[in-house]
Amino acid sequence: MSYVLIVGAKSDIAKAIAREYAGHGYDLYLAARNSKELEEFAQDITVRTRRVVKIKELDILDYDSHQVFYDKLEEKPLGVISVVGYLGDQKKAQSDFDEVQKIIATNSTGIISLFNIIANDFEQRRSGFMVGISSVAGDRGRKNNYIYGSAKASLTAYLSGLRNRLYAAQVHVLTVNPGFVATKMTEGMDLPAKMTAQPETVAKDIYQAQQNGTNVLYTKWIWRWVMLIIRNIPEFQFKKMSI
Amino acid sequence: MNLMSWGMYPRIESNVFKFDGEESLKHVINEHSELIPYGNGRSYGDSALSRNIVDLRPKNHFIDFDEDNGLLHVQAGVMLAEILEAFVLRGWFLKVTPGTKLITVGGAIASDIHGKNHHVAGCFCECVEDFKIMLADGTIASCSKKTAPELWKATCGGMGLTGVILAARIYLKKINSHYINQTTIKTRNLKETFAAFEEYRDKPYSVAWIDCLARGDDIGKCLLMVGDFRDDGQLDYRLKPQKTIPFNFPSFALNNWSVRAFNKLYYGRVKERVTRQKVDIDTFFYPLDAIGHWNRIYGKPGFTQYQFILPKETSYKGLEEILGAIADSGKGSFLAVLKLYGEANGNWLSFPMEGYSLALDFKIEKGLFELLDSLDKIVIKHLGRIYLTKDVRVSRETFEKGYPEIETFRKYRKDQNMDTKFQSLQSKRVGI
Repeated sequence: MSYVLIVGAKSDIAKAIAREYAGHGYDLYLAARNSKELEEFAQDITVRTRRVVKIKELDILDYDSHQVFYDKLEEKPLGVISVVGYLGDQKKAQSDFDEVQKIIATNSTGIISLFNIIANDFEQRRSGFMVGISSVAGDRGRKNNYIYGSAKASLTAYLSGLRNRLYAAQVHVLTVNPGFVATKMTEGMDLPAKMTAQPETVAKDIYQAQQNGTNVLYTKWIWRWVMLIIRNIPEFQFKKMSI
Repeated sequence: MNLMSWGMYPRIESNVFKFDGEESLKHVINEHSELIPYGNGRSYGDSALSRNIVDLRPKNHFIDFDEDNGLLHVQAGVMLAEILEAFVLRGWFLKVTPGTKLITVGGAIASDIHGKNHHVAGCFCECVEDFKIMLADGTIASCSKKTAPELWKATCGGMGLTGVILAARIYLKKINSHYINQTTIKTRNLKETFAAFEEYRDKPYSVAWIDCLARGDDIGKCLLMVGDFRDDGQLDYRLKPQKTIPFNFPSFALNNWSVRAFNKLYYGRVKERVTRQKVDIDTFFYPLDAIGHWNRIYGKPGFTQYQFILPKETSYKGLEEILGAIADSGKGSFLAVLKLYGEANGNWLSFPMEGYSLALDFKIEKGLFELLDSLDKIVIKHLGRIYLTKDVRVSRETFEKGYPEIETFRKYRKDQNMDTKFQSLQSKRVGI
């Protein structure tokens, strides 16, 4: 079988996704910044599954490098999964515009830059799948993380449009909205156990959804309904709330 | 963080330390005492509970595999289930596995666990080539039976009290099927049970389920299950979807009557004296893993497993006495598992010795510990010992009588400055 490209491959969710896809027989490109740190992990997958795992250096914020990065892949991938994300510091971002730019570039512009290039190739080949990990935080802005939320909202809208465009070319686009996930990013936060998913569960859900051609996945599933409620709270009420 | 082990008793507040590289672990060890490594939390009692916990589960990388001789190199947080998932399809299986695959390799070494094939294959450490361990001073030692015999004997079965095991190289065994030919032998009393174990001694895997509420002439009646791998080339091992117990049962759900009914049904479903079945790995080795959180059936107060072993010469008399005492007490145990063991290895705190062991689950309730104290006396009288991996309550005195090398272990820990650095609630209780 051929390659799946995983972008932002150092995160806990990305690693779980990599193991899941390799377990189903896919070879992998793992792309990240300082990608040398992934060598041990790549070896782990090879020992477990005997799949080919190639590590690729990629800086999602270096837009100009994206075309070269993609052109240099020995074999074009069957699909791409972006797990790139940066939660950032909301408080800091309120007064430090560098932090805002970093949050938006990482969660939105950087991914859009790379996905544009890959989408053009997939569209031309009339095959492929594209998966973007967005967030429930993109469904409605809240005071605790609306800079991150607005970047994710932008990604969500982008993926929706991309899905619409690529439908004709039979290229499937999946938007993933994870709720709480127990990862390094959320370590130390006090998360409700029943609403918090393990990275392995998220990875399994994503694999199933991608194989089934699901359009928008909430994981854990309960978040679809939680967010439905949150989206429907009237604004005059919502603005007074702390959630 | 609120922490517990599989028995859900006790629950304690602990500081949980994760680490990235060896340097960060060294820092944790240098800065703290009362540390104990914690894998997947499947020991039953308080052997992995302490004020400070080192979380090993995230250290789950496979490092290397040698197809020629089956030597697998993994980090200590890799679970046995992960090894099976990767290797059964390729025709490899664990040389030694306990009744759950949801334990880590590090935990398997620290408990020197055993399986249904102890009488032919010994303990887990018999399949370990070597391991890497961070000691009390933050240095890393590579340890094999030959290169560091004292550290080996202290660490294998040493309940994590010698340091943090980081990685190990273990031998897998070749199989040519993921199915097992199982034979079930139904016996009517303890005498028949012992005879059946001896009769099927050459089978590599054997275990018996005992009805421990049976009285009088029926005492010790059992279903003995023995088996070996088939040779049919079928290796399409797939994980099955798991059923889960979603919440703690009310603690009255398990009582004398419900256990009696279960035992009757379980024993009664087998009609003939000897029957044969073809079963898969998960059914044969890990029946309880199919039900997630099965510990919840005992209710919120939790449960414990009482597992002891008696030397061969005293096994029959001792078991008769203990089964009688349990039946008299009326305290039910769903699972009473009887097992034949081969010779002991030289590890200072390893549990197995040549003889028979019985393992019984009890929910934590008033009067239980008094009953277990009285069973302890029978075990000691018959020169037996208690399994630390399952234990949550044994007294220092009872424990010491069962393990003749206890002073060697204590002295070694003291000499290596391990005794204050690495501690668990259990090690403090039994004074090791």
